[in-house]
Amino acid sequence: MQDFAASFFEAFRLVISLDPDLLEVVWLSMRVSLSAVVMAALVGFPVGAFLAVARFPGRGLLVVTISALMGLPPVVVGLVVYMLLSSAGVLGPLQLLYTPTAMIIAQTILVTPIVAALARQTLEDLHDEYRDQLVLYGLGNLAQLKTLLWEGRYSLLTTLLAGFGRAVAEVGAVIIVGGNINHVTRVMTTTIALETSKGNLALALGLGFILVTIAFAVNALVFMSRAAAVRHAYA
Amino acid sequence: MNRHLARFMAVSTVVAMTTGAAIADDFIVVQSTTSTQNSGLYDYILPIYEDKSGVQIRVVAVGTGQAIKNARNCDGDVLLVHAKPAEEKFVAEGYGVERTDLMYNDFIIIGPPADPAGVKDMTDASSALNKIAGSANIFVSRGDDSGTNKKELALWEAAGVDPSLSSGEWYRETGSGMGATLNATIAMDGYTMTDRATWIAFGNKADHEILVEGDKALFNQYGVILVDSEKCPRVKSDLGQAFVDWMLSDEGQKAIASYRLNGKQLFFPNAPNVTN
Repeated sequence: MQDFAASFFEAFRLVISLDPDLLEVVWLSMRVSLSAVVMAALVGFPVGAFLAVARFPGRGLLVVTISALMGLPPVVVGLVVYMLLSSAGVLGPLQLLYTPTAMIIAQTILVTPIVAALARQTLEDLHDEYRDQLVLYGLGNLAQLKTLLWEGRYSLLTTLLAGFGRAVAEVGAVIIVGGNINHVTRVMTTTIALETSKGNLALALGLGFILVTIAFAVNALVFMSRAAAVRHAYA
Repeated sequence: MNRHLARFMAVSTVVAMTTGAAIADDFIVVQSTTSTQNSGLYDYILPIYEDKSGVQIRVVAVGTGQAIKNARNCDGDVLLVHAKPAEEKFVAEGYGVERTDLMYNDFIIIGPPADPAGVKDMTDASSALNKIAGSANIFVSRGDDSGTNKKELALWEAAGVDPSLSSGEWYRETGSGMGATLNATIAMDGYTMTDRATWIAFGNKADHEILVEGDKALFNQYGVILVDSEKCPRVKSDLGQAFVDWMLSDEGQKAIASYRLNGKQLFFPNAPNVTN
């Protein structure tokens, strides 16, 4: 099929020419998805840490629920956020619909359960491993949590990458709450959807290649900084 | 807490917050059908208006059905769609100020060049649909309550065929936009009905071609409506009305008429009381 060759060519052409529309779309994709991951970390890490160490009635149910929410369909999240932010919705007065902020909100909802659930597992495993030492040192709850977060930092970084992957790849939520408005809320995935609907398959696939490359770059960056940190630690 | 992680999070938060502010204040949201976007019309005419007025036109291009629903939720200032009865209902219920004819083109039926149903050059759209149904060749429908979908269903009714009885057999409902439906039609080697503008602009035609055209029943009228500020207090009536007025003016109508793709005119302005 010549479409694959053509799409490589399209991707190459777009990157070489530093197409300003492409840069705008890539930048917005990064801005929205990275912001969502930061928000998700701010909520997900404390929730995950709490569930890892605390014991209370209903904890099991909560753990299962958060794990299950990792499978939230983006379209459903998009629809719910649309209904909330719509002028007819309860948050209508904020006038956030069809803005990047609305897209960040939707992706934060998608990513938070992933961050919380994976962090919970990581920290619980560490807690099981180090419980005796932690008690032996006579650390308080907060100090224990700090130690666990530090010891689990690399796994937690991977947790964030998983969340970023989910956010940057989804189209269902952002196309509903963002509206795919040119120069305002158009991101990589919604551009790919639009070009597909115009029958420009080679261009759409070319954009797909670029998206994967960017995801690769983000992951490589994290991988390398982790390797450097480890070298530094043992130097 | 991890110092690097903390720094990374702090920096990204700052980046996210500071870049969020640069949004133009003078803008309106247009809830629109997809054909006007997919055909490139907006990319051609909107910059003309934006340069002139300084107002940004933000287009949310969804099917006509969804565009009307979004406008009913007050999530737009102007509605630009192509389903006259639904538009008139929208106005009658108080959501729109007034509906005005803006421009037209036509629907066509496309299919594989071999044309197994034998509808090529038929001039009566309903008879052609009847023949496709009789031959049980695949017909792909939008199935999404869009303007095109509404028109298609009206033609089936005129043909005396209830295609929903064969849904999943020869009648395939994609529940998607025109572009996705065209992609599916090409892949299934089937027939479908599309507006001419989307078809001319479509990049994945393979060897499919126009088989039926020219029936009066295939007329495709686009209308424009300002959302009513009595129902939707946050509507930017002044900016919205100015945009509608421009589209209906000699200048706007000429801009629509001068848009060409592959040398072909895609939309024909027909606003009332315009001298051109």
